[in-house]
This record gives sequence, C-alpha cells and structure tokens, in this order.
Amino acid sequence: MLTSNRLRQLLAEKLQALYVHVEDESHRHAGHGERQQGSGGHYRVQVVSPLFAGKTSLQRHRLVYAALAEEMGQSIHALALQTYSPEEVPTAGIPHNWIA
Amino acid sequence: MACPLLSLNWLATMLDPLLEEKIRNQVRTHKVLIYMKGTPEMPLCGFSYAAVRILDSLGFPYTAINVLEDPELRQGIKEFSNWPTIPQIYIDGEFVGGCDILQEMHARNELRPLVEAAFAKAGTQS
Repeated sequence: MLTSNRLRQLLAEKLQALYVHVEDESHRHAGHGERQQGSGGHYRVQVVSPLFAGKTSLQRHRLVYAALAEEMGQSIHALALQTYSPEEVPTAGIPHNWIA
Repeated sequence: MACPLLSLNWLATMLDPLLEEKIRNQVRTHKVLIYMKGTPEMPLCGFSYAAVRILDSLGFPYTAINVLEDPELRQGIKEFSNWPTIPQIYIDGEFVGGCDILQEMHARNELRPLVEAAFAKAGTQS
C-alpha cells in the first residue's frame, strides 16, 4: 500500500526534490468504479526539484512519471501534478519555509 | 533495466503495429484530439471533465475519443505517448500532455495560440 509518505520519499530520492507536498484525494473518489477494482489512489502533488530547471511541463511530468513508474497504474490511479524549479517557487504559492 | 525511462521505451516498442498505425492516423488527421474517459457530454473522470471544459472554452472544434470503449486503445495510447494517464491531448499531431498541462497552458494564454496556429495551417482535417 502506497502512502503519502512513501510517495514523498520516492520523489525526494529520485528527483532530488527539495519540497514535496502530497494530498491524498482518494476519499473524494470513494464511489469511483475503478477505485473499487483496487487500481490505486488519487493524489495531488506539488514538487520542487532542481532537475526541472529549463524543462517544459511535459518534460517535468515525464520525469515524475518515470520516478513513479512502478506505482503508476498500480498503487497510483490518478496523479494531479504541479512542478516547479527552485527559481519558480517565489511565484508558485508554495509556503516560504518550503526547503525540506 | 535500472532506468525507468528505458523500461517505458521498451514498453512502447511492444505496441501492436496495427494499433500504433491507427493511433498515428488519429493524431495526424485531427487538429485537436483528446483521448478521454467518457464523452465531452458525459465525462467519466474529473480530469477528463476539466480538460474538455477547457477545450470547449476555446470555441474551436475538437475530436474526443472515449478510451473506455476500447480497452486496447486505452492501454495502447499510454504506450504510444509514453504517458501513463488519461486524458491525453494532441494538437496538430503533437502530444501536448494531460489535464494539468492543458490547465497550465490555458492559464498562461499559451493554449489558444497553439490551437489557432493548428487551424491556420492547411493539411489535416477537422
């Protein structure tokens, strides 16, 4: 069973993420047909990583999906993503004490 | 395979050639195409819902393909795009991303110019 903590840990390790905020939104999809088949949770994730600098959102999301490749479609059914490089943090609405 | 990107690419090569050709034709022949769960009238997933509402707001025609009606396509499009989630949006034959990226581009006023440019070009249909 994937937990928000494990998700945070995976992204911190594989993306050298400086900040990861995970919201488990699975409860909002409790009646979701596919959820009942046990295909995993719904998460909303904000990630700050130096690896995102100079990359498009498409490239950033691919990096996140690659880091979570084993979880995607298994313990993760849905993933809403916001990705920032450290330089973008001041305008991204992330708490000012974001550095892990 | 230690590298997850490599293993995803390897998956992509497992895509049935006929299905790959079918998808290639779909993305090539539609200016704006969304692979979604459900239909624009009745989306069956919040992310698909959010994506079609954005496309609606642009006022340009788009084509929606319901992957829930085709299990092979539902898996195949993930391999074709090397992208693990639905919805997936293609504009002018190029993969744009999923719901989050569509929302971001819309908020930055980058989406409409892309769609306008696609329709300004001759070549593909609808």
